[in-house]
Amino acid sequence: MTDRESPVTEDELHAFVDGELPADRNAAVEAWLASHPDDAARVAAWKVQADAIRTRFGSTAHEAVPSHLKIESLLRSGRNWRAIAAAIAAAAFLIGGVAGWMARDTTEVTAAPGDPTDQIAQYALAAHKLYIGEIRHPVEVGATESHLTPWLSRRLGTSLRLPDFSAFDMKLLGGRLLPGENGPAALFMYENGNGDRITFYCTKLPAQQMSFRYYQSDNVAAIRWVVGDYGYVVSGPANKMRLKEFARAAFEQLENRAPPPPANRSSTEPVISRRGT
Amino acid sequence: MSSFRQDVETNVPALRRYARALTRDGELADDLVQDTLVRALRSEHLFHGGEIRSWLFTILTNLNRNRLRSLARRPSTSTLEDNDAPDSAGPEAGGRDIERALDLLVDDQKQALLLVVLEGLSYREVAEVQGVPIGTVMSRLARARAQIKAYLDGERPVLRRVK
Repeated sequence: MTDRESPVTEDELHAFVDGELPADRNAAVEAWLASHPDDAARVAAWKVQADAIRTRFGSTAHEAVPSHLKIESLLRSGRNWRAIAAAIAAAAFLIGGVAGWMARDTTEVTAAPGDPTDQIAQYALAAHKLYIGEIRHPVEVGATESHLTPWLSRRLGTSLRLPDFSAFDMKLLGGRLLPGENGPAALFMYENGNGDRITFYCTKLPAQQMSFRYYQSDNVAAIRWVVGDYGYVVSGPANKMRLKEFARAAFEQLENRAPPPPANRSSTEPVISRRGT
Repeated sequence: MSSFRQDVETNVPALRRYARALTRDGELADDLVQDTLVRALRSEHLFHGGEIRSWLFTILTNLNRNRLRSLARRPSTSTLEDNDAPDSAGPEAGGRDIERALDLLVDDQKQALLLVVLEGLSYREVAEVQGVPIGTVMSRLARARAQIKAYLDGERPVLRRVK
């Protein structure tokens, strides 16, 4: 009877159950339910579902929080057990010989074991896994320190310029110096607003120019390439298409082929130049 | 402790509850919560005010989505529950039944329903967490409720098996 003046939509029925209905529609919905038993039954069923869900899972929120989820202990440990596990795995494959360990959980590796272009990816992935879990010390020198790039350039013996990933909403956090197969290596870390992290690794690598190759290890992956006596690796979450976009952007920027990235360029100018020789 | 950290800490019980309902696995749920907290803590400098609760739920939801994706990519041996046994619990909305009903939902629908019903987020907040318009949240909610109702009413449409 009241249908004509106040038709009630399905959305409004849900909003009614969830307390999202504008106050001035409450009376109309109640009147509607009084005269539409089918809708009233559905609404009642939804409430029963909600009660069942709250009854089943609500108690979890009243349990004592286990100590490993306490903020203090997370901060104290500096990194969580996953990062420690990753570090142990990384150490194990470095010690145990690259080929054997990596063969187990790596896909798309076709080069011969011991190929230096593969090792660089593995070193980079090990560093990536180890440092992305860090809360307090993800980098050694922050992006705001003006000596970051000059310092690492000097140590690597080249004029480093970093890829700009701002088009992916990734901001440079900073970098660190690492031991590499052929001398010093530099690792730069980028981060977005969700805490996703990408690393860019660079080291001297006297090898033929090589195009992209993808390596995956558990839920992280790397893409490496070699240009002009330097090897480069971009590591991040194991999402091949997406990681490829990062690698391509970095490659093009380093080769000076890319147009300058759009707007909001950060203080860390991208792109490259490798006058390494 | 900074107020940021206190705010994060305050939300831990709710995050555990949501993760438990999403995964139905206590250990897995706590792993997800831990990863969420680690990310939140190390991204403290990226947080510029706003609803910390929605932000944390967003991180956890994304982590779980990534987890499911990487599971899906892997060849899996057996992840399906054996449905041959008759439901001993009967069609009432008992604890076990609501769990099974939730399992039938696709992930996006399950998230939307749990965030609204269990966590009390507003439609707008859920839209932010899921990164979709409010209308999409509402249709996910509607589909979730219709499916659960059908299951609890005994229709079990999704469990049809070919013998």
